[in-house]
Amino acid sequence: MLEIKNLVVQIEDKRILNGLDLTVNKGEVAAIMGPNGSGKSTLSYVIAGKEDYEVLDGEILLDGQNLLEMEPDQRAAAGVFLAFQYPLEIPGVGTMTFLKAALNAQRKARGQDELSTPDFIKQVNAAAAKLEMPKDMLKRALNVGFSGGEKKRMEILQMALLQPSFCILDETDSGLDIDALRIVSEGVNALRSPDRAFLVITHYQRLLNHIVPDTVHVMHGGRIVRTGGKELALELEANGYADYRESEAA
Amino acid sequence: MADVTLMKTPAESALAQAFESAKNMLPGNAESRAQAFEQFSSRGLPHRRVEEFKYTDLRALLREIAPFANVPSAEEAKAALRESKAFADVSALQVPFVNGHFVREAVDFHNLPEGIEIVPLREALANGHEWLAKLSPVTWASDNPIYQLNTSFMADGVMIRVAGAVETPVHLRFVTAAGSAVATATRVLVVVEDDASVTLLESHESTDGTNHQPNDVMEMIAGDRSNVQHVRLNAEGDKTLALSTLAMKIGGEATFNSINVVAGAATSRHQVYAILDGENTNLRVNGASMLKGSQHSDSTLVVEHNALHCESRELFKTVIDNEATGVFQGKIIVPHHAQKTDGRMMSAALLLAEGGSMNNKPELEIFADDVQCAHGATCGQLDEDLLFYLMARGLPKKDAESLLVQAFLGEAIEFVENESAREALVTTVESWLKARA
Amino acid sequence: MPAVQETIDQVRSIDVDQYKYGFETEVEMEKAPKGLSEDVIRFISAKKGEPEWMLQWRLDAYKRWLTMKEPNWARVSYDKIDYNDIYYYAAPKNNPAPKSLDEVDPEILKTYEKLGIPLREQEILAGVEPQNRVAVDAVFDSVSVATTFKEELKKAGVIFMPISEAIREYPDLVRQYLGTVVPVTDNFFATLNSAVFTDGSFVYVPPGVRCPMELSTYFRINEKNTGQFERTLIIADKGSYVSYLEGCTAPKRDENQLHAAVVELIALDDAEIKYSTVQNWYPGDAHGKGGIYNFVTKRGDCRGKNSVITWTQVETGSAITWKYPSCILRGDNSRGEFYSIAVSNGMQQVDSGTKMIHLGKNTTSRIISKGIAAGKSENTYRGLVSAHRKATGARNFTNCDSLLIGNQCGAHTVPYIESKNSTAVFEHEATTSKISEDQMFYCQQRGLSEEEATALIVNGFVKDVLQQLPMEFAVEAQKLISISLEGSVG
Repeated sequence: MLEIKNLVVQIEDKRILNGLDLTVNKGEVAAIMGPNGSGKSTLSYVIAGKEDYEVLDGEILLDGQNLLEMEPDQRAAAGVFLAFQYPLEIPGVGTMTFLKAALNAQRKARGQDELSTPDFIKQVNAAAAKLEMPKDMLKRALNVGFSGGEKKRMEILQMALLQPSFCILDETDSGLDIDALRIVSEGVNALRSPDRAFLVITHYQRLLNHIVPDTVHVMHGGRIVRTGGKELALELEANGYADYRESEAA
Repeated sequence: MADVTLMKTPAESALAQAFESAKNMLPGNAESRAQAFEQFSSRGLPHRRVEEFKYTDLRALLREIAPFANVPSAEEAKAALRESKAFADVSALQVPFVNGHFVREAVDFHNLPEGIEIVPLREALANGHEWLAKLSPVTWASDNPIYQLNTSFMADGVMIRVAGAVETPVHLRFVTAAGSAVATATRVLVVVEDDASVTLLESHESTDGTNHQPNDVMEMIAGDRSNVQHVRLNAEGDKTLALSTLAMKIGGEATFNSINVVAGAATSRHQVYAILDGENTNLRVNGASMLKGSQHSDSTLVVEHNALHCESRELFKTVIDNEATGVFQGKIIVPHHAQKTDGRMMSAALLLAEGGSMNNKPELEIFADDVQCAHGATCGQLDEDLLFYLMARGLPKKDAESLLVQAFLGEAIEFVENESAREALVTTVESWLKARA
Repeated sequence: MPAVQETIDQVRSIDVDQYKYGFETEVEMEKAPKGLSEDVIRFISAKKGEPEWMLQWRLDAYKRWLTMKEPNWARVSYDKIDYNDIYYYAAPKNNPAPKSLDEVDPEILKTYEKLGIPLREQEILAGVEPQNRVAVDAVFDSVSVATTFKEELKKAGVIFMPISEAIREYPDLVRQYLGTVVPVTDNFFATLNSAVFTDGSFVYVPPGVRCPMELSTYFRINEKNTGQFERTLIIADKGSYVSYLEGCTAPKRDENQLHAAVVELIALDDAEIKYSTVQNWYPGDAHGKGGIYNFVTKRGDCRGKNSVITWTQVETGSAITWKYPSCILRGDNSRGEFYSIAVSNGMQQVDSGTKMIHLGKNTTSRIISKGIAAGKSENTYRGLVSAHRKATGARNFTNCDSLLIGNQCGAHTVPYIESKNSTAVFEHEATTSKISEDQMFYCQQRGLSEEEATALIVNGFVKDVLQQLPMEFAVEAQKLISISLEGSVG
């Protein structure tokens, strides 16, 4: 599904990713853990195509397509979805307007017809109900005045609506209380399917109690330094990231 | 210290000549016209060293004066109005003007909505109608050269009196459709009595490719507890040089909302002069301008708080594409006696392409200590993080830009209460964006 | 908050007479004939022993000035100035020039003592930690009477001396830079200054040198009917750093006196100049009689890449202030900053602000202005921020707040924000308000008098700017602000 080979990335002359290799298979839920500053968020932005990052070497393939040659919207149409760590507020843009614009843009890019308004509203309402979202949230401008938890729920709602094939969750658990964490995780779990892969980026293990990964990668110094099963997350929780810091110093 | 010897530009000489030949044919008191023209010509066309015209140099922009338009024939007027599209879907009482002349035949004076009286200005001037005394409610606007030119040349217009709550919007429709370039000068006076309410739509259209020169003045007196909703659309042709003035004096406990949407004209300057003359009044003046090519658009605003406890909100949004130039000059004046004033003025500009310019001059002039006044001004590009967020959700760049531009202008437009008028403005924004893509 | 307590004590202790620097010094003076003419300019130039090119420069400026008109766009009004009723040169009689402090007229030394300006290096050393030393150039009417720490600065390669001396000793350096930031033709007052300037400071910091101490000039107008026309030129060569302070006072007089200075700053690649002013010229009495007309042109040129110029000003004095310390951000990545507190009381009129002209790529500027109007004064912020076509990535943030105390004064904000580059991002915000009644009540409930509470709240209002000043000056400035506002409440 997703193949990253020898990815080298810098931002304003600062090297962040140093020859990163990563493969995520169809149906797999892969977690990336690592200390702050290890390059986790950079990885998510580079996959989604944020402009500020300079890719010096390597490639990112999604189902064999070279993502690096595509604009962010083309990547989205190809199936990439990034749930932002800090979802943006867009004053003046109604949530429904935005959702419809995004959905129809993707459908158009894939050669599908636009969704009729009643069908669209039905889909949104269904997804919102699952995420226990109050209806008035949908009437406001996108993310404006939303709490941290509400913003994260809105991200998952978009994911449910857009039905991407490759989902990146960037620190989705940050700023969530325990109830919100449960709701968001259930939303994600409901989307797990053999045709869809997830890359779950997190600093803490607690999200992985709710979204149980198939694989856990440890990232440090802009590289994957260790790969294991879900038990690796528990080990990290117990020992912290100190081992990796020392090995760097040595 | 003023320089006594004034060298006239060709345009100034042409204006003087035009005034000489027109003054005895124009209706009404020739003396007051002569006085206004004298005031104008003592200083001439304002140029960039005149502070109020620093960013809109009329001496440079107005090189040739078009001849003043004649009264159109009934057929001409009909044909012109048929072509007019502004606020087409809004059901309203039509008060149309073609080439600066009121189309009397289009108004059924015997069946006006209850509470509305309309007096044609040309006749009123000729007969010395008693309402004429109410003209120029904002006395200091008379010091403005554009206003002085209008006073000198005004050929037609209407005076409208509103009493009670009028449901039907009144649409002042201005169309300039002469085959060759013409100048026009219209004057509208609207008197809204105490406790009355009205929605006024104002649209300005002219043919593309012709250097028309409209100079329109709208004056309003809004009584105590009145409610006025004013929506103005500049949809002038692409070569038109449009000058306009809105001057209003507003009583106590009133609500007054005005928006000017600029979607046309090669060069435009819209001046707003407002006096809050009674306590506890709420004023909102908004602007939304969409500029492209080499368009130049100036929004100039002076709000004087002349009474206690008034609130004013000014929000101007300018989108600048290509090599267009936007200008915002706004001033809030609070004299000693206008305590408890709450005034906020904001101008925001988006530059979509290299080569565009924005000039912002937001001023506060405060003499009362117990006030809360603020202004802000920003200019810059579209937020890259927002663009990325939208693109990451699948929107192509142009669509993402359009959505953000719509939201940006939408903040100024959303205060329009009349739904179909608001829809018409949103459509105007959409078609501007479509033309861009 | 000990500083605040100090302020309150200070406010308490002062007597009715608020301007404590209003005394006069009795010294024998030598003056040029009253009025302005080519002869007077030749007299000044000869007194300074100037080379021919300098005289010619002055005379050209004078010819130009004769054709110019006094500017009238500022929001200030005053009676017409009779430029022929002013002495353009006044110096303590003391020939030849003093070689050391021992030769300086003791009356003058006493003056500076009274003003709290230490001129004897050993005294400075006795009282203060070495790293807090400040080198002082003391300008008395038209001439510099003493410059401290010259030798030590020379060791570091820093030139710090009266500009009249620099013209003689480093003519090439002066000639290379003088008038390159503020051209002779710049404006009425700057052109006048170019013709008749008498003294001021010259600073040159060589490449890579961090000036080992703060430099400062203390300006004192003493003589009647004289104008002060000082000229300051500061050059920070590549990679150097200098911090410069100026202070100003004058005796109380019923007449208005003219102060028309020009300050030019030049920062080359990677250099940084900090320029701080505490301006406390005599503001005139409560009825607007007397006081200094402070018509000053100050401009910095960030000529080199990555250069930085910071202006900080605390303006409490002068009957009229007309002053816009500006930055030309020419070098790529250069930065300009302007921090200002302008306090006006009585009949004072202030029209002050800055210009940030963005020419180079990725240039940034920041403007923080705090205006406080009390009494019957008028306080205007006037500023320009502009980005030219090539100023890609320019950034500006402006915050300008005004506070009104009483209902007889005016506070005005007149910003000009001009962008010709789509990648430039400018943000401007301004507010005008009064001291909130809730805040006052809270302070008073805790036992502060109305005046103390006002001082406290005002100090909070100006804190952002005071923080930009070197410590000693910040305390001084804080006192000054409170004194200036004395009698403004109630």
